Amino acid sequence: MSERVAQTSSSVISERIESFEASATDAAHALPRGPSAFATISLMARVTFREAARRRILWIALLAAAGFLALFAAGLHAMLSNMRQRQGLIQQREAAAMMCTMALYAGSMLTSLMAALTSCDTLSGELASGTIHAIATKPVNRWPLVLGKWTGFVAMLTLYVLLLEGGTITIASFDTGRQLPHTAAALALIWLQAMLLLSITMAASTRFSALTSGAISLGLYGLAFAGGWVEQYGALQHVRTCVNLGILSSLIMPSDALWRRAAVSLQPPLLSSAGVGPFASTLMPSNAMIIYAVLYASVALSLAMLLFERRDL
Amino acid sequence: MADLTVEATGLRKNYGRRPAVRDLTLRVRRGEAFGFLGPNGAGKSTSVKMLLGLVRPSGGQALLLGHPVGTRAVRARVGFLPEHFRFYDWLSAHELVTFHGRLCGVPEQQLSRRVPQLLDRVGLGEQASKPIRAFSKGMMQRVGLAQAMVNNPDILFLDEPSSGLDPGGRKLVRDIIREQRDRGATVFLNSHLLGEVEQSCDRVAFIRAGEVVGEYEMDAWQMGDTHVEIQARHVSQAALTRLGGMVQHPHLEGERLRLRITNREQLPGVVRFLVECGAEVFSVTPQRVSLEDLFLQTMGSEPGL
Repeated sequence: MSERVAQTSSSVISERIESFEASATDAAHALPRGPSAFATISLMARVTFREAARRRILWIALLAAAGFLALFAAGLHAMLSNMRQRQGLIQQREAAAMMCTMALYAGSMLTSLMAALTSCDTLSGELASGTIHAIATKPVNRWPLVLGKWTGFVAMLTLYVLLLEGGTITIASFDTGRQLPHTAAALALIWLQAMLLLSITMAASTRFSALTSGAISLGLYGLAFAGGWVEQYGALQHVRTCVNLGILSSLIMPSDALWRRAAVSLQPPLLSSAGVGPFASTLMPSNAMIIYAVLYASVALSLAMLLFERRDL
Repeated sequence: MADLTVEATGLRKNYGRRPAVRDLTLRVRRGEAFGFLGPNGAGKSTSVKMLLGLVRPSGGQALLLGHPVGTRAVRARVGFLPEHFRFYDWLSAHELVTFHGRLCGVPEQQLSRRVPQLLDRVGLGEQASKPIRAFSKGMMQRVGLAQAMVNNPDILFLDEPSSGLDPGGRKLVRDIIREQRDRGATVFLNSHLLGEVEQSCDRVAFIRAGEVVGEYEMDAWQMGDTHVEIQARHVSQAALTRLGGMVQHPHLEGERLRLRITNREQLPGVVRFLVECGAEVFSVTPQRVSLEDLFLQTMGSEPGL
């Protein structure tokens, strides 16, 4: 008897769900549905940026960047002052470009670390603490929550790249009296590298703990770094297998390819063909690799939104 | 059917092979305060999460406010205070409640009026601009209550709302439950504090091993199935035998007559009968079954909350 009652009421609920789905459009107009996706993204972005500021992450990072720039400016100035007395203009410019590239490389690493370390806790941490429960029960889709957080981090990282890497380029240009080539493109590539790390970390943090998410994205970053060296040695020694392994590592994680492309675009031709290392590039990553990196970051971000939308909280 | 806010039939959730909820069948009426009780691991939190759309059911069906659970239209009319909640502690109480109001799509003009009112209501009017990280657990709970009510919900889910609250805070929760119910909202209360549930709820359901094992109207069980102790002299054996036809288990020890009635309305008749049989009645004390007793009876050997 009770089973029959349960079956009857289950079928009544089924009918009502079906009729609801059939009249979903009417229902959508009849009931309040919460804020638009854009409003949610904007709200979450502002809160995420404010979190970085209120927790002093942003200010400490910017202060460290200012220290980094001061050190670079002092070092470059001392080196050029010394060289002006003993060496010609071309040597001075080559040395300045080399030092600038080294600083930019350190900056790109810091930016990538910043992207991974600040975002690895954002979803997994809120899942573990239950913070997300009060938010995800509000009348919003989950994907704008992820996209909003991502946007907040993008704002913070953009500021960081502009200060750290833009500052490095400005100091080098000021000290040498010569504008480095393709600075906007190089900055965009370094920025894209940070976006790549950010998107991967956020995708991982929808499924894994903060530590695991950070380890995944930084592990991929390390793999790409090692692969980049293998590729360059392979190119220098004409070992095709090493080049292919490097390309494979760039396909697995294109972060190093982005840096190498940025380095090549900033360097004078003499320096870029000088040898092997993170500051010189015998093989310039192609435009196709840049497009691949953009697609890679987009897929990682889409995956983050999809996984978060579908998972149990 | 229109006055039901929660209708769940055969709702199930499995995590791998482990069933967290086996068969949740529930009906909660509009405007009632409903207590949802069970021991640890009984499936209470998972059940609530399924009703809120945080967890996808493995089977069964549920409607909230007449619509499928988890839709944005339904969530616009739901308030939720999670257990073990954590909020963005770098925000002030005012900023946090405003943030949740914006997530609900409450217009800014309404928010600017409603947020201070809510913070005053939960006793945090003077601390509105302080960062939440400086708050005690009880104050956090109060902010949680405010954010849960920011959209004027039709159904309010409260998961352990009195946890960490002092007696004043517990009274506040009871008052808020009453206010919400009086304005026509449904309150779905999940609490370990049976005394709080007993004082606040109209109806309770007990859940064990992922199934509802009992539902009780608070008035009904408080009115019925009561043990009574009567202080009386000169109760004859014949009267005691005849009393057995009227009530359950009459038992005389000296001048203390113990018996059980299924409805409190029987009590005047019992007293009248004893007096007519020549007994002298000095006192009548109904010994009500507490919610805790009922919980222990229902849960059997493993009642741990």
